[in-house]
Amino acid sequence: MKTGIYTLIQNKKIAENTYEWVLMGDMSSISRPGQFVNIKIDGFYLRRPISVCDCRADRLTLIFKVVGDGTGKMSRMKEGETVDVMTGLGNGYDLSVAGEKPLLIGGGAGVPPMYMAARLLSEKGIKPTVILGFGNESEVFYKEEFEKLGCDVKVTTVDGSCGIKGFVTNAMDGIEYSYFYTCGPEPMLKAVYDKSTTEGQFSFEERMGCGFGACMGCSCKTKYGYKRICRDGPVLLKEEIIW
Amino acid sequence: MVSTKTTLCGITLDNPVIPASGTYGFGYEFAELYDINILGSLSFKGTTLNPRFGNPTPRIAETACGMLNAVGLQNPGVDKVISHELPKLFEVFKKPVMANVSGFSIDEYTETVRRLDTVEGIGWFEINISCPNVHGGGMSFGTDEKAAAEVTEAVRRVTKKPVIIKLSPNVTDIVKIAKACESAGADGISLINTLLGMKIDIRRRAPLLANKTGGLSGPATKPVAVRMVYQVYEGVKIPIVGMGGIESAEDVIEFMMAGASAVEVGASNLVNPYACRDIINDLPKVMEKYGITKLEDIIGAAHR
Ligand SMILES: Cc1cc2nc3c(=O)[nH]c(=O)nc-3n(C[C@H](O)[C@H](O)[C@H](O)COP(=O)(O)OP(=O)(O)OC[C@H]3O[C@@H](n4cnc5c(N)ncnc54)[C@H](O)[C@@H]3O)c2cc1C
Ligand SMILES: Cc1cc2nc3c(=O)[nH]c(=O)nc-3n(C[C@H](O)[C@H](O)[C@H](O)COP(=O)(O)O)c2cc1C
Ligand code: FES
Repeated sequence: MKTGIYTLIQNKKIAENTYEWVLMGDMSSISRPGQFVNIKIDGFYLRRPISVCDCRADRLTLIFKVVGDGTGKMSRMKEGETVDVMTGLGNGYDLSVAGEKPLLIGGGAGVPPMYMAARLLSEKGIKPTVILGFGNESEVFYKEEFEKLGCDVKVTTVDGSCGIKGFVTNAMDGIEYSYFYTCGPEPMLKAVYDKSTTEGQFSFEERMGCGFGACMGCSCKTKYGYKRICRDGPVLLKEEIIW
Repeated sequence: MVSTKTTLCGITLDNPVIPASGTYGFGYEFAELYDINILGSLSFKGTTLNPRFGNPTPRIAETACGMLNAVGLQNPGVDKVISHELPKLFEVFKKPVMANVSGFSIDEYTETVRRLDTVEGIGWFEINISCPNVHGGGMSFGTDEKAAAEVTEAVRRVTKKPVIIKLSPNVTDIVKIAKACESAGADGISLINTLLGMKIDIRRRAPLLANKTGGLSGPATKPVAVRMVYQVYEGVKIPIVGMGGIESAEDVIEFMMAGASAVEVGASNLVNPYACRDIINDLPKVMEKYGITKLEDIIGAAHR
């Protein structure tokens, strides 16, 4: 974990209400996909947690959806501006247990962390199957980016305007997988939990005070005791989750 | 050279800056970021007799210039605090710490203090009386003079260490409560705990926090806190630890001029983990700017 000043070198709209940021600076505290960063925005008291979408050398890619005033302000920030960011937060996904044929399932704002997981797996010669779930075609992003990594990509949209009609779980039928990693809204996570046939790892969201374990704002109960989503999570193992 | 030293109930601090209970855990998360031995002291997470999960989530909400929390005193319970948390804290922090204790009955307060009293390294007890009294109809100890005095007296009897009573601001006359605690044997008063508040999620048409209400802290509360420290200073002779929205060295000086002998920094640590370090580093030059050579000289200066 580190706090620093980072330079926004790219702010691009990539889908409906969805923006891609590239930040430049010291990324040495980011070690795993599924970790997150916590962003200070002028005029807002608390920081905004956003997942690492990708991180290489001194570049960090983030993708966020505009849902309120804070992300709204982020979407209007200009390239060249500096941002106060805490980096390297949370445990992240453990890719060492992925096996031969892992499955990655991302829904909406839960798609971004799947990208770094997919890239690292493909660099190890493992080509994961990826399911990306969105509301409709205008919200779809990163399909080609995952395909470029050599992943087998399946897109689902609730209204059927792109790919398979329905939810990510509709795309799980008939796929064989050794393990899975998932991130998305809680109802989606629960549906994946119920449908999945192997062990896997889930990334959760909670409202946070600090994002680094100090305030107990984000606690949840697991089979292995109380955990802080920000520090002991956001990734929990399937076997420990209590819904 | 200016002096940032201050004395709290007979113990001298290198500077008046103390992270507030509940916003600094047991210190070790922050020790990853900087040497926390620069702090005056540290008030650790509110400890209760039994382990507590606290309230359901969401239990944090952002507000204008501040935040609401309804954590509900999550802690592993006093025995685990003593066996697991304090050894880790004492590895990274070598000065006397403030033991923040909560309870839901007088017996719970006294039993928790009794168990912590044997731990070396504890300099003061800070008794949080903002909790509901389960035997007193659920009303908070801190909103009733008699109950506040009873807790103070009971805790006073089980330890020889300085007992600081931490007051709730959710009362009509804070000076009355402070005086009741002083008469019952308190060695110091700390204030303010959080102000009771609520935020409604207008999309869901319901309170945002699962607990419905939460405690407001952060800079939004500072003028209320400064006013209360000022009033309590006129009503009691024992030292005061002031807090509520402190973010800068100027804020520290403001609280001390109002009457605080030391200060606590709470929510600021959550948004800027370096808040205490930055304040401590800034203090000497801000003191010079205002012509202050000894920080202790300004305690209560606003009353003259
Ligand atoms: C570990 C983690 C990773 C995340 N990764 C991403 C990501 O990669 N892309 C993305 O688009 N979003 C992500 N989110 C959600 C993102 O943090 C919220 O959408 C954002 O904080 C909303 O801020 P706002 O000011 O626009 O909304 P407002 O509703 O105005 O925010 C008010 C307060 O509530 C908090 N809040 C609101 N929604 C959420 C939420 N879903 N989770 C946590 N806090 C919330 C805000 O941080 C802020 O403190 C992540 C959340 C967590 C906890
Ligand atoms: C997340 C959070 C948890 C807190 N937990 C405790 C606690 O356990 N015991 C206590 O006495 N005060 C607790 N407080 C209150 C603070 O110690 C402090 O009195 C209050 O936040 C005012 O200071 P501030 O405005 O600088 O935050 C908590 C505050 C916050 C924000
Ligand atoms: S947000 Fe503070 S402990 Fe997780």
